[in-house]
Amino acid sequence: MELAVRCQNLQKRYGDVVAVDGLSFEVRRGECYGLLGPNGAGKTTTIEILEGLLAPDGGDVEVLGHYWKTDEQQLRQRLGVQLQETQFTDKLTVEETLRLFRSFYNRGKTVEELLALVELESKRRSWVVKLSGGQKQRLSIACALAGDPDLLFLDEPTTGLDPQSRRQLWGILTRFREAGGTVLLTTHYMDEAETLCDRVAIVDHGHVIAEDTPKNLITALAAPKVVVHEGTLEDVFMSLTGRHLREE
Amino acid sequence: MTAEPQRRETYPPILELTLARLREFVREPEALFWTFFFPIVMSVAMAIAFPAGGAQSVRVGIAPGPGSDALRQSLSSAKDVVVKDVPPHDQLRALRNGEVHVIVEPGNPPTYRFDPMRDESRLARLVVDDVLKGAAGRQEPWRAKEDLIAIPGSRYVDWLIPGIISLGIMNNGLWSVGFMTVQARLRKLLKRLAASPMRRRDYLLAPVLARLVFLGPEVAVPLVFGAVAFGMPIRGGFISIALVAIFGALMWGALGLLMGSRARTFEAASGLMNMMSVPMWVLSGVFFAASNFPDAVQPFIQLLPLTALVDALRAVVLEGASLASIWNELAIMAGWTIVPFAIALKIFRWR
Repeated sequence: MELAVRCQNLQKRYGDVVAVDGLSFEVRRGECYGLLGPNGAGKTTTIEILEGLLAPDGGDVEVLGHYWKTDEQQLRQRLGVQLQETQFTDKLTVEETLRLFRSFYNRGKTVEELLALVELESKRRSWVVKLSGGQKQRLSIACALAGDPDLLFLDEPTTGLDPQSRRQLWGILTRFREAGGTVLLTTHYMDEAETLCDRVAIVDHGHVIAEDTPKNLITALAAPKVVVHEGTLEDVFMSLTGRHLREE
Repeated sequence: MTAEPQRRETYPPILELTLARLREFVREPEALFWTFFFPIVMSVAMAIAFPAGGAQSVRVGIAPGPGSDALRQSLSSAKDVVVKDVPPHDQLRALRNGEVHVIVEPGNPPTYRFDPMRDESRLARLVVDDVLKGAAGRQEPWRAKEDLIAIPGSRYVDWLIPGIISLGIMNNGLWSVGFMTVQARLRKLLKRLAASPMRRRDYLLAPVLARLVFLGPEVAVPLVFGAVAFGMPIRGGFISIALVAIFGALMWGALGLLMGSRARTFEAASGLMNMMSVPMWVLSGVFFAASNFPDAVQPFIQLLPLTALVDALRAVVLEGASLASIWNELAIMAGWTIVPFAIALKIFRWR
């Protein structure tokens, strides 16, 4: 099977802190793959290395069959990226922001199609600063989709969103998948991984401690809980590490 | 619509980036105020402080004492002399504040009290001496013929306005380009853009180009104001003035970019920009001639970006200098554009 991402023995340290410690996984074309783990597990560092924004200290990265060192410009044309905490320019409108991002890509959807895709047609003339959190996130996704990417990177796409906005976003991603797109996302929401992902890797302390479909992971590792309620990935994480995934 | 249906619905990236900059800028009312009103406010303030018409009068203080009435009478009838009584305890303060330039104490002979370090005081002393000796019946060996002419463009305000326009080009370039860059970095927008296929050179070029759009009014408003309100002569042609202004705007845009290329906070960026620009407020001859500084530092002063801009703009506006005669300044400005831009592109922090 053709791979969208191949990532082998990835290493990254910041001074004394080891952020990524021999992390390996593969994402197949057309699948939705989730990196699941608590804050500080190394998810963001990993995804930023895959996005070509950070250079790894060691290990091998191949994206869509290309290497960052040799094919950066080509790769960027085919990737969609949504980062944590991007704040778009306050006083540009939704439409202007989309038009700007669209101009960077050789091919892609029209601004009109993008607006429809993320259901922001009615907000096209609103300044970014006036958008709600969910609308801003949809704009961010629309910018990521501007070049009609083969592979979409999402870093905690629904953190801080209300339930309705989350579901709306999941809908957008599902449609992207149906059109043949590949998704790699990080999250610390269990239900998100269970709903969206074909396979998940559970990441802790900079490496993968388990990898499978959400269903298999739950069956294999959360079995004792099934009597009381349906097992969840939260239970999987607890049985692997003895800790909660999200320390409240 | 016809050749490429549905294809080009966006402009090329460099244009879209420049448009984004411009939109951001015009939607910021404070920025507009600084760009257009600052030069006018400055020119008016300066024109009031340094009246353009006629020479300043000589202000003479008279100390009380026998004979002070006679002094007052002689001096107040003289041309361009203003007389004021100053009590003894107030003399130093009045001199220090420039309320009077010299104090005359009655006596035989009278005493002139003044600080020789002040030009206007030395002038006042000569005028007072001349008037009093004349009143005392001095015989003049001869009286020179005076040929009084007015040279338009030689007044302080004429000289000042191109300086203030240059200052505006500097401030707007440095601060608008530098700050918008730091803001985009703080908001992690730079990182997001770096993740797109946008060419990084385009991003850095855009704010510098955007500066050119506002340059027209930025330069024209104070120039026209100077011509209308003060009768300042504009001797240079449109093309030479525009070209000098464009060189200046590109240069300060590039320098603003360099100042903002690494800074992670507004404080760091403004520190850098102040460090760069404040010395030039003093050294580059905006408010008083740079030739006041010693010869040893002149070559250094001539190489400063603001000096080159001020000198070139004054030459084209006030003297109608040809572009060929200011190639030196233009070359210095080109250097201060290309090198900082290249460095900024190299060291720019996208995260």
